[in-house]
Amino acid sequence: MALLQISEPGLSTVPHQHRLAVGIDLGTTNSLVATVRNGVAVVLHDENGRALLPSVVRYQPGQPPVVGHAAQQVQASDPYNTIVSVKRFMGRALHDIADAGSFPYRFVDAPGMVQLRTADGVKSPVEVSADILRALRERAEHSLGGELMGAVITVPAYFDDAQRQATKDAARLAGLEVLRLLNEPTAAAIAYGLDNAAEGIYAVYDLGGGTFDISILRLSQGVFEVLATNGDSALGGDDFDQRLFCWMLEQARFPDLTAQDNRLLLNHARFAKEALTEHPETRITAVLSSGFTIDLTLTAAQFNEMTATLVSKTLSPVRRALRDAGLSTKDVQGVVMVGGATRMPCIQSAVATLFGQTPLNNLDPDKVVALGAAMQANVLAGNRREDDDWLLLDVTPLSLGIETMGGLVEKIIPRNTTIPVARAQEFTTYKDGQTAMSIHVLQGERELVSDCRSLARFELRGIPSMVAGAARIRVALQVDADGLLSVSAQELQTGVSAAVTVRPSFGLHDDDVSRMLQDGFNHAKEDMTARALQEARVEAERLLDATQSALDEDGERLLDMDEFSEIVASMRALAECVSGMDYALIQQMTERLNQVTQAFAARRMNMRVREALAGQSVNDLMS
Amino acid sequence: MLPDFKANHFALFGLPARFELDGAALDVAFRQLQAQVHPDRFAHLSEADKRASLQWSTRVNEAYQVLKSPLMRAAYLLQQQGVDALAPENTQLPAVFLMQQIEWREAIAGARKDADDVALQRVETEMQTMARRLQADLANALDVQQDFVSAAQRVRELKFIDKIRAELDEAFIALDR
Ligand SMILES: Nc1ncnc2c1ncn2[C@@H]1O[C@H](COP(=O)(O)OP(=O)(O)OP(=O)(O)O)[C@@H](O)[C@H]1O
Ligand SMILES: [Mg+2]
Repeated sequence: MALLQISEPGLSTVPHQHRLAVGIDLGTTNSLVATVRNGVAVVLHDENGRALLPSVVRYQPGQPPVVGHAAQQVQASDPYNTIVSVKRFMGRALHDIADAGSFPYRFVDAPGMVQLRTADGVKSPVEVSADILRALRERAEHSLGGELMGAVITVPAYFDDAQRQATKDAARLAGLEVLRLLNEPTAAAIAYGLDNAAEGIYAVYDLGGGTFDISILRLSQGVFEVLATNGDSALGGDDFDQRLFCWMLEQARFPDLTAQDNRLLLNHARFAKEALTEHPETRITAVLSSGFTIDLTLTAAQFNEMTATLVSKTLSPVRRALRDAGLSTKDVQGVVMVGGATRMPCIQSAVATLFGQTPLNNLDPDKVVALGAAMQANVLAGNRREDDDWLLLDVTPLSLGIETMGGLVEKIIPRNTTIPVARAQEFTTYKDGQTAMSIHVLQGERELVSDCRSLARFELRGIPSMVAGAARIRVALQVDADGLLSVSAQELQTGVSAAVTVRPSFGLHDDDVSRMLQDGFNHAKEDMTARALQEARVEAERLLDATQSALDEDGERLLDMDEFSEIVASMRALAECVSGMDYALIQQMTERLNQVTQAFAARRMNMRVREALAGQSVNDLMS
Repeated sequence: MLPDFKANHFALFGLPARFELDGAALDVAFRQLQAQVHPDRFAHLSEADKRASLQWSTRVNEAYQVLKSPLMRAAYLLQQQGVDALAPENTQLPAVFLMQQIEWREAIAGARKDADDVALQRVETEMQTMARRLQADLANALDVQQDFVSAAQRVRELKFIDKIRAELDEAFIALDR
C-alpha cells in the first residue's frame, strides 16, 4: 500500500544520504579527527599530511588563537600564553590540581573551574579545548567538503560528570553537535575488536599523556560489553616527565628557574623519556635563560627506578577493575595497549608480568581511539550498513549518591553499572514542620561527603508541613548513554517536584556557554541572530531527515491514513519555512512536527521490543 | 519515567519466573533486546525517538541487573508474592549466622592489620561457599517448596554476605596501596 508520495518539491531531504560524521580524540597531548570513508575508518590529515594535532593553544592579544604545531614550537619561549595539557584542568577547581605549582601558568581561582590568565584575557579550560576542537572541525570540513552532521568525542573512561560536562560544553562552543561522548578505551576496543573479529574477555590498558584508564570488556557476537572500568584521570606520560624534571633539579643546583626554563626542561624531560624507549641511555643538554648549561646522562635503568611508583600506580586500578568484573588475569584473552605512553618498555613489561602474556601492540596506539570513535560516529549518524551490526554497552565509572545525615553519602548507582540507568531512593524529613529539603548529589567511592566530588546541590521546596519522618521524598538519578547525570526529586504525597540537569557546582552554567558563544561573535547582534537562525535550520533539517527515515522504515505498518497525512503535512509545513528567515516560525513548526511524531516513536519502539521477543504483549512489560 | 519495578522482568526476557535461571539465555535475550532499543540506534532520529529509546534501554538494563544477581532476583520473586524480604523491620538473623559474621569481620580486620593477603582470600572462599549454599537453599525454597518465609530469611542472610563482600573489597584495595 503506497500511502503518499512524499518526496515532493520542497522536501529536499534525500533519505539514506551519507551524513558527514567524525570521531574526535581530544587528548591531553595530541588530538585527532577521523571518519569512515567507503566503509573504512581513516584519520584525517592537515595540509602538511600530519595526523596528530598537538593539544597546544597560544593566545596573543587581539589575535585568533594559534593551535597545534605552531603553538607547540613556541611553548618554551611564551609559556604563560601557550597552554598545553589543558585536559588536566577540565571540570577541575584550582584546589583539585595537586601539582598546580609545577605548571608555568597564571592560574585564576574561579568558582567552579580554574581559569588561566593569558595575554588575550582569562580563558577557561573549556574555551581552550573548544579552540582545539574548532581546529579539528575545520580540518574535517575542509577535507570532507561539507558541514558535519555531528561528532563523537572521546573522554577518559574514568572522567567524572564535571569533566564530561566540560567536554560537552567545549564541543558546543566549537559548534559541534555531540552525537555521543565515548570512553577512550571503549573506542579502542571497537577498533581492535572489529578489525580482528575478536571474541572473549579483553582488557584495554590506556596510558596517554595525562590520563590512565583500564577497561575490561566482553566481546561477544558483535556486542562490546564493558564489565568494569577503573583508572586515574590525573596520571599519564606527563607525570613521567615531571618525575624526570625533578630528577634533573636534584642533579644540579640550578639558579632560580623562570617559567621559560621550566617549560624548556619539561620538554627535555619528555624527549629524554621518549629516547629511552629506543635506547639504553640518553644525554640531556640545555641552556637556561641565565646562560647556565645543563649536561646530564640518564640510563634506562635509572629512569625505570625513578618511575617505578608511577608504573605500579597503574596496576592497582587494573586489579580493582578485574575484581569488580569478578574475573582474574587468567580469564583475560588479550590486553590491548593504547596511548603513546604504553610504548615505554617499563610499562610493557609490567603489564606482561601482571597478565602473564605479551600485550597486544598491533595497533597504532596514537590513532586507535580516534578510529574507534569514527566507527561509532558513522553508526550514530545513521550510516549503518548491513555488516555494521554491532552494539556498545558501557558503564558508569564512579558511584553516584546523595548526602544523608551526618555528612555521609548513600550510594544510589554503584560504579560499573551499565548505562543508561535510572535509580530512585526515598528520603524523609528529619524535623517537624520541615518544608524544604536540600539535595546534594555526589560522585565517588568514599563514605564521607567531604571525600567525594560534589556534582549538584538543589532545594526541593513547598513540602507540606508534617511531623518529622512523615514526608516521602523520592530522589531519582538518571545517567544517559553519554554517562551524564540528571536528577529529579518529588514529594510523593503532594507531587511537589524539582529537577536539574547536573552542571552547577563544577563546570560551566548554560549562561556561561551562551556568554562565550556571544564573545566569540564579538557581541554583534546580527551575528547572534544569524547563528540562532542557522542552528534552528540545522535542527529542523535533522528532524525532517529523521522523520523521513522513520516513515520509510515503519510508516506504512504503524500509521493509519490520518496519522500519516498529519505527519506529512507537518513535514511539508516545516520544509516550506526552513530556508526562510523567520526563526520563530521554524521553531514553531519544528515543535509541531516533534509533537505529531511522538506516538509514532513510542509505537516504533514497542514494535522493536515485540519483534525481539517474538510475540509478547508489550503492554504487560511496560505497565 | 523510571521503569516500574513491578512490571515483570522475567517476561521481558522471555524466561520463566523462577529462581533457578539459565544465565546464558538471559545474556542472549538481554543483548538482543538492547540491540533493538539502545540509544545508539536512535541517535540520528527525533527527540521523541531518543526519549522512548532512553526509557526502554534503561528499563532493560534494570531488569537485567535484577535478574543477574541471585540476591536481587530472589528478593524480586518474593516481592511478587507480596513479601518484602529486605524491609527495614525484617532484620532478624539466626544466632549461628551472626556468630559467623563476627568471625569473618574479625578475620578481615586482622588481615588488614597484618597485611595478610592469604587470610583475606580464605575469608573470601568461605564466604563464597556460604553464598552458594544459600543459593541452593533459595532454589529449593522458591522453586520447589514455595516456602516464602524461609526464602525471605535466606535473602536476608545473602544480603548480609553482600555487606561483608564490600568490606572484603575495601580490605583488598587497602592492601593494594
Ligand atoms: N616513544 C615513546 N616513548 C615513551 N613515551 C612516549 C613515546 N611516544 C609518545 N609518548 C608519550 O605518550 C604521551 C602522549 O600519548 P597520547 O598521544 O596517547 O596521549 P593523549 O591521547 O594526548 O593523552 P590522554 O589520552 O591522556 O588524554 C606523552 O606523554 C608522550 O611523551
Ligand atoms: Mg588518549
